Amino acid sequence: MARLIRMDGTGHTTLAEWTERDDAAFAAAVSEFQDQTELGYIGTVPDAPGRATHVRELPREAELVIMRRPISGG
Amino acid sequence: MEQALPELASVPWRQRTDADWLRRWGRIWHGWTLLYTVPFVLAAAGMLMLEPLAAPVAIVALAHAWIIPELYAFRGASVVRPKGARNAPAEPRAQGLLGDLLAHEERDLQRRTGLALERSGLGVWLVGEAGALLVTRGARRVHCFCVRATDPELPPSDRVAHLLLALRVDEEGFATVANHAFAGAPWRVRRRLPVQMRPALDAARAAAR
Repeated sequence: MARLIRMDGTGHTTLAEWTERDDAAFAAAVSEFQDQTELGYIGTVPDAPGRATHVRELPREAELVIMRRPISGG
Repeated sequence: MEQALPELASVPWRQRTDADWLRRWGRIWHGWTLLYTVPFVLAAAGMLMLEPLAAPVAIVALAHAWIIPELYAFRGASVVRPKGARNAPAEPRAQGLLGDLLAHEERDLQRRTGLALERSGLGVWLVGEAGALLVTRGARRVHCFCVRATDPELPPSDRVAHLLLALRVDEEGFATVANHAFAGAPWRVRRRLPVQMRPALDAARAAAR
């Protein structure tokens, strides 16, 4: 089961879950991903040890997609 | 899918922070340290040679030569000090997610020290809640960066996870977005780190050698 989560004040919130075969669940996840992007969140896939990828669209094959806030110089 | 950090769009004027940039700034910081230290030492020595009764003034000059570099090192070490709201109720959940992003040894180190160790192309990073240290290859220099997640309500481990994910997407982009606060010898930074964080710097130095 793939998950779309958002890091927030609760630690993190699971926004959507889907499987590769479940089109309806994936469509709901895509919609949630787009809503979060419009709110300013950035989609990131932690795809290998020490590596992550920025995504502008929800990748169906990803196991975990994390929505994060932008970073800035302190 | 992209490997450029989207936050780079907010700092279009900055030159990309690569290995050459880090070497150049490391040298500038080294020269700068000599520039504000050596004159005080020479002044103290000159005063003592000309008039031994000026010893108290010479001591003040030497104190300046000691204190100013210490203040800069303190500023550098401070980038990884815990900052902001602790949000204790959410922290265990955030710690679980951060733990999932780290390998076993790095997870243990992060839980003990608060700093996440990350090996990367420019060297070995130690990522904290609102800043990061980079121990460059050879472990002779530490660069200190101020950088933070923009949501102040996040629990500490989520702040670390934000920075860690951004670093993993684009290391040079991460260093470019961050504000460079200090560069100097690891021993100078280590002395100004909170005691519980020092083992993380020791581990990073060992990994960078």
